[in-house]
Amino acid sequence: MKKYILKRLLTAVVTIFVVVLLLFSLMEILPGSPFNNPELTPEQRANIEAKYGLNQPFLSRYFTYIGNMLHGDFGVSYNIQQNLPISNLLAKRFPVTIYIGLMAIVLGMVLGLVLGIIAGFNHNGIMDTVSSAISILGISLPAFVFALLLAYFVGFQWKLLPFLYNAKTPFASAILPALTLAVSPMASVARYTRSEIIDVLNQNYITLAKTKGVTKFALVIKHVLRNVLTGVITVIGPSIVNVLTGSLVVEKAFSVPGIGGLLITAIQENDYNVTFSLSFIYCALYIIVMLIVDILYGLIDPRIRVAKGE
Amino acid sequence: MKTTPQQHLSQEERRLVGYEAENYVDENYAGHSYAKEVMLTLLSNKGAAIGLVCILIIIAFAIFAPMTSAYTYREVHSEITNLPMRIPGIEQLNILDGTRKGVDLYESKGIKDEYHYFGTDSLGRDIWTRVWVGTRISLLIALLAVLLDVVFGVTYGMISGYFGGKVDFIMQRFVEILTSIPNLIIMMLLLLVLEPGIPTICLALSITGWVNMSRIVRAQVLKIKNEEYVLASRTLGAPALRILFKDILPNALGQIIITFMLSVPSAIFFEAFLAFIGLGVPIPMASLGTLINDGYKSALLYPSQVLLPAAVLSILMLSFNLLGDGLRDAIDPQMRTM
Repeated sequence: MKKYILKRLLTAVVTIFVVVLLLFSLMEILPGSPFNNPELTPEQRANIEAKYGLNQPFLSRYFTYIGNMLHGDFGVSYNIQQNLPISNLLAKRFPVTIYIGLMAIVLGMVLGLVLGIIAGFNHNGIMDTVSSAISILGISLPAFVFALLLAYFVGFQWKLLPFLYNAKTPFASAILPALTLAVSPMASVARYTRSEIIDVLNQNYITLAKTKGVTKFALVIKHVLRNVLTGVITVIGPSIVNVLTGSLVVEKAFSVPGIGGLLITAIQENDYNVTFSLSFIYCALYIIVMLIVDILYGLIDPRIRVAKGE
Repeated sequence: MKTTPQQHLSQEERRLVGYEAENYVDENYAGHSYAKEVMLTLLSNKGAAIGLVCILIIIAFAIFAPMTSAYTYREVHSEITNLPMRIPGIEQLNILDGTRKGVDLYESKGIKDEYHYFGTDSLGRDIWTRVWVGTRISLLIALLAVLLDVVFGVTYGMISGYFGGKVDFIMQRFVEILTSIPNLIIMMLLLLVLEPGIPTICLALSITGWVNMSRIVRAQVLKIKNEEYVLASRTLGAPALRILFKDILPNALGQIIITFMLSVPSAIFFEAFLAFIGLGVPIPMASLGTLINDGYKSALLYPSQVLLPAAVLSILMLSFNLLGDGLRDAIDPQMRTM
């Protein structure tokens, strides 16, 4: 197990370095510099470039960049708020995104499990059809469609919850964005749980347990769900990733002051430094989530460790 | 010479009584071709059949609606902005008759005889035409991107799976790194470097999309390359290219088609997603994503401007998913999940 974790950790670290290299090279070939004001004379431009260290050779800047990043220093913003350190921009927004994201994942998992369990135990019944319909809708429709519907009906028409983020009521404001983000994990978890339950119910050990006279409650909790839940972790990994990328759209739709919304602003304002720092953060979050999921899964299910080469 | 009893019997006498096999065709086990079999299973699946019909209808509208429309997608009329929907026929029922809050805006603008089925947008462009032109462009981008996926993914997967060993190891590590960067980030950055346009959006979509295809193809190749007919081919001295294209590819085709079908909705989705964050096709062109993005700004005042393209997008994605799922069940019943 140790070997597996070590190997997985090593891959993650290498990947992070490659990602930074890729991002950094992309930043190199971007058209135009943030200082493309035609009124600048060549000397003024050279001065500005020297100030931001842009006149150094590529590799030396790469290593400086990584070194600074390890200290939590992502450089300064060029356009959004000139010379404001990016870490300052992030400090307030990051918790908002994480808060809504976690809320969405918990909501999605709970709702998905409930839907999946109802459907699985009523195989081919009405509830099964209903929950299958909900999950195919959830998988097929893009997040902004749900965002739109929720904002328009729940927020605007019925005035139940704020449809624009309000920092004074963080909980109420977070409900609609979190609900929108929860749809995709809910659908995948429901779909997976359902097929897994149907599969498990046909296994011999369930028949054995029934023959032994295990109560229905114990059967469901101990024999069915335990076997189903290990598998659900595999679905959660990609779902968290969907929540991460979904946060871009949802934060824009509900005007949430999080890092997703900031990334979109940065793209539209050509603020490369902010764009790349945030891209890096998204990549790093993604890699860390996948790492945790893989290790967790290896801990729970020994077959995976074998398959992935221990 | 000994004579057998049959020789004394005439043709008519030799006939078995009650035997009708000659004019009976066994319909139950009639040999369908594989393709026909798949089609029949597919069409017997309600969801897939509905999906197919919806896709065909939407494609028909995308092709013919802009042609027959009285307006083009780009003409700007600053005097007739944000008109409500008005559809001939239905307007007799007092809905969709061009009135908003009891005021007939068509009459007040002096264009009583014009019909903008879906209304007009903030620049006075006809939304009906724009929605279908947008559908056209969204579909075009999605199909081109997925075709690129197929070309690149199949080649990569076949090479990686067939040659194995070091080649496979290196190619798979590359894929591993690529998949550990979120798709959307790669697409976004690429579109920042290359200005958004139809070819660059296709490229951005397929630069991450091919990975999935290559994985499926690789898995198929790994499975098929140990089959006996491949061994036979190899023993007879067939070169690798011939084995790959004549023996392996045809047998992996089913999986490739399934992946193709399920990739289309995700390409449509990512295109819309990119458009929504401001990286869509340049104005005055329209895709479903840019229409939704434009409509979003005035969603609370004129909800129909965003709901209509969003509805087309949703129906399109749902239909492709249903069709893809149905196709998977028909081609490979073992993979059935729901």
